[in-house]
Formats: sequence, C-alpha cells, structure tokens
Amino acid sequence: MGLQHKKKFGLMDYFRSPIQRNAILTAFAFLAIPMLVYLIFVVFPIFQAAYFSLYKWNGLGSLTDFRGIDNFTKIFTDPIFGKAIINNFKIVFLSLIFQIPLSLMIALVIARRFKGAVIFRTIFFLPYILSEVIAGTIWSFVYNPQIGIQNTVLADWIPWLANFQFLGHQDTVFASIFVVLIWKYFGLHMVILIAGMQSIPVEVEEAAYIDGVNKWQLNWHIILPLLKPTILLSIFFSIVGSFQTFDIIWAMGRGDPVNGAETMVTYMYKYGFQRFQLGFGSAVAVVIFMITIGVSLLYQKFTAEKES
Amino acid sequence: MIVDGNKTAKSIQYTLLIALAVLTLLPMLLALVGGFKNLAQLRLDLFGWPDPFLWENYVDVLHPKRSRFFLSLFNSMLIMSTTVMLGVILSSFAGFALSRIKFPGRELIFNFFLVGLLFPPAVAILPLYVQLKSMYLLDNYFGVILPQVAFALPMQIMLVRSFFKQIPMELEESATIDGCTQLQFLVRIVIPLSKPVLTTIAILAMVGSWNSYFLPLLILNSEKYFTLPMGVMSFASQYVYNWPLVLAYITLAMVPAVIFYMLAQKYIIEGLTSGAVKQ
Repeated sequence: MGLQHKKKFGLMDYFRSPIQRNAILTAFAFLAIPMLVYLIFVVFPIFQAAYFSLYKWNGLGSLTDFRGIDNFTKIFTDPIFGKAIINNFKIVFLSLIFQIPLSLMIALVIARRFKGAVIFRTIFFLPYILSEVIAGTIWSFVYNPQIGIQNTVLADWIPWLANFQFLGHQDTVFASIFVVLIWKYFGLHMVILIAGMQSIPVEVEEAAYIDGVNKWQLNWHIILPLLKPTILLSIFFSIVGSFQTFDIIWAMGRGDPVNGAETMVTYMYKYGFQRFQLGFGSAVAVVIFMITIGVSLLYQKFTAEKES
Repeated sequence: MIVDGNKTAKSIQYTLLIALAVLTLLPMLLALVGGFKNLAQLRLDLFGWPDPFLWENYVDVLHPKRSRFFLSLFNSMLIMSTTVMLGVILSSFAGFALSRIKFPGRELIFNFFLVGLLFPPAVAILPLYVQLKSMYLLDNYFGVILPQVAFALPMQIMLVRSFFKQIPMELEESATIDGCTQLQFLVRIVIPLSKPVLTTIAILAMVGSWNSYFLPLLILNSEKYFTLPMGVMSFASQYVYNWPLVLAYITLAMVPAVIFYMLAQKYIIEGLTSGAVKQ
C-alpha cells in the first residue's frame, strides 16, 4: 500500500509537501507580473484583433454591427490593398536578390581580418542604429528635387533629371525608398553573416587550402554551404521585417503619391486607424499576422528538413 | 586567415570598399555639414564647405524656447531607460522561475511565452490602442513603455533562461546550505553572474525603444510627450522649406545613438547578433 501511494505523486501532492509548495509559490511570485504584462499587452490584443475583425466598428461604443467576413472580402477586393501587398512582396523579393547577396559579398571580404576591416564593419553597420524616421528624413533631403543630389550632381550628365521628384512619382517612389532600405539594413545582414562565418572552424579552411583549393572555390563550395543556416536566418529576418515596414515609408511620404509605396502596415494605419474603422483595420492586422505565421512555419519546415 | 599575394585584386577590393563606405556615410555627412549652411548655399553647392559657416541652425535647435529638442530627448531617454529596466527585471524573474525552479506546467508556460516571438507588434496595435484607452494610458509614458516591455519579453526570457540554465547546480546547493533563499540566490549570485546576457537584452531593448516610432505615434498625442523620432517628424513638417534647420535637428538627433554606438560597438554588434543567431 505504502509503495503504491508513493507512485501516485499527483498535482495535489505538490501542495502537501512543504518544499514543493514553496517552489510553486516562489515560481508563481516570480512569474505573476511578467505573465500579466505579457497577457494584457501581447496575447489579449492579438485575440481581440481576430474578434474585432468580424465587426464594423469605429472604436467608440460597443461592438454590435457584426459583419462576418465582410471586412476580409473588402480587403481582398480593394486594389489599394493589392498594391500594398505587392509592395511588401516586392520588398521581400528585391531584398533576396539585391540585399542579401550584397551583404554576403561584403561579409566574405570583411571576415578576412585585413587591415581596416573593423573600420569598414563599423561604417557599414552605422545606418542600422539610426531610427528609420531619421534615415527616411535624411534621404528625403537627398532626393529633394531642389537641393538634393540629382539636381547638383546627376543633372549635369542626365539633363531630364533636373528637378525630377523621385519621391513625387508613383513609379519611382517605391524604388527610391527601397534603396534606403538597402542602405539601412545591409550592415545588419553583413554582421549576422560574419558571425556565422566566424563559427566555421579555421581547420576547415586550412584543410581546403592544403588540398589546393583557390579562393573562389573555397567561398563557393565550402563556406557557402556551411553558411546556409545563417543565410536562411538572414532571409527570414528580412522577410518578417519587410512585412512590418512602416516607419521609413511614413517618413518618406506616407506611402504616397497614388499609394505607390503603400505597404500593408501603412494601409492598416491609414484605412483602419486614421479613418476610425477599427474593425476593418483589425482585419488587415489578421491578414498580416496570417502571412507572418505562414512564413515562419515555412521557414521552420525548411530548416528542419535541412537539418535532418 | 590566409593571405593571398595578389596585389591588384587587393587594391580593387580596397577601392570598392572605400567607395561603399563613402556612399554609406555620405547622406549623414551631407546632413551634418548642411546644418551649417544657409538655404541658398545648400541649393547651389551641396557638397561644398559651409561658406559662410553658420552656427545659427544648431543654436536654434538647441534653444529651449525655439524647439522642443531637449524635451523630446528627455522623453526618449525616460521611455528607453524605464523599458530597459523593467525588461531586465521581469525577464530575470521569469527566466529564473522557468529554468531553476521545478514546478508542474513549467515547460507549458515557457512555450506560451515563446509563441510570442511570432507576434509582430504591428498586428496587435489597433486592439492595443483600444486596450490602453480603456486603461487611461493614452498620452502617457506607460502607454508606450508597457507594450514595449511586453513585446520584448519572449526573446528576453528565452535568452535569459538559457543562460541561467548553465549556472552550475552546486552553486545553488551551497547557497541554500548557507541559508540563502531563492530570491537572495537570484539577486546576489545569479544576476551578478549573468552580466553578458543581461547586457545583450538591455542593448536589444535600448535600440528597439530608442528607434521606435509606430507605437508612440499612436499612443502619444501631446507634443510634450513626443519622443525624438516623433520630434524629427514634427519638426521636419513644421519647417518644410527650411532644410538647413531640419538638417541641424536630424544631426543632433543622431548624436546620442552615434556616440552610444562608438562607445559600445562591440556589445551592440554582439548583442544584436547573439539575439539573432540564438533564435
């Protein structure tokens, strides 16, 4: 009997034993406030977003106007949201073909600790620590048609550029802002990739050189495959970050003209918040959330397959 | 690393790197120098040395009666330091409970926090606004601080917990024998031993809070609460046609971050990459 009793050490027994009771009480005391903060400001609002998204609601009074999936139909039939989501995917796509390769090339060079490597790293990483608002405002000045760079430098060679407003045309505004995104974030990816390279043992490289491998072969056949997890991580950051893009767009013309640089988050802010359509805005949030979760799951599946 | 002797390749490499470095720094330098020019010179001679050399723009920005620069600086610092302090304290306690105290449901709670890594703040921001409104936290420092702390918690708890786990069990046993309670063990032994990880999470929180714009934009309405990024935006729209003055403001707004970066570059880069690589 006594043995049997010992085997069944259930939840209630935790409370009977004074040591266990103490552990639970301490854990509770230590976790209560963090948990509360997390529940109130992260978990609860996410669920609320899902709930609000089914209503038409201006943020005042109570939720009564239930609309089912109307908000979502409205989102997916709105050509402006179409523009926004395409812009988000353009940021992802262009980052993959321009930003990551650029960062990778620089990282490959800088990881070889030559004279001045640290200075270059310091300089390339510098834009990352500035806020997007500051970066955006500086570049609005650089692109300014009267005093900016194209009027004083480029216009001498390409006359039609004189007084051309890069941020004032729906066809050029997106590309112009994308240049700023590269400027601001290539240093971050470079630093992540360098960290990945430094975790590759020196012996691997030495062995390769002894086998008579040249630098190009070393980078292409040895370093790159070993660096794959880090590159995937960099890509993941770049994708998740691009779905959140707001500040820099806002600082460089608020997604206009003609929604040329609209993103999903600026769309949510303009059409959900500024116009007090909180139900509709929450529906946009849910769409962004679904896309982000989808990408994260894909990433996890992809990296898990690589590892096994 | 192995050095190869190809001199031409090397000089091409240097030239490209220097060109890229100049391109990277150029916008910031143009802003810095532009702040010393007048509008006429900025228009005619973008790259030239300021002539006449004007201090006025910078003086105007720093003058408490002419701009709210110092007020915004103060607000940013207050919000940042409170966010960092709360984050470090809360994640230390939570990380301790989730790594060194045995209780039923521990892994469940940890995983519940981890799910938060997938929640982008932008998604929650509209309901968060409604929530803060009902808590009377709109136009209040804590309306920005608490959500910032909350959204940083999952990453912070993950990093702190994995660090605390590595602290040897013997240390805890001998501390207990000496009559240390768990709270004392955490505060007197674990936290002092965990400076590397606490520095990392503090730096991540600092950079995040200092640069954030979207959340304060929604929550803070009165100009007296504006943070530095908000100050930049409102100053730039107020003086649309006075670029030299705006450039002076931007340059001064960059100064704290740049100084901090120069002093703590090693920790910043390590912190940001360890936060990234451990994910």
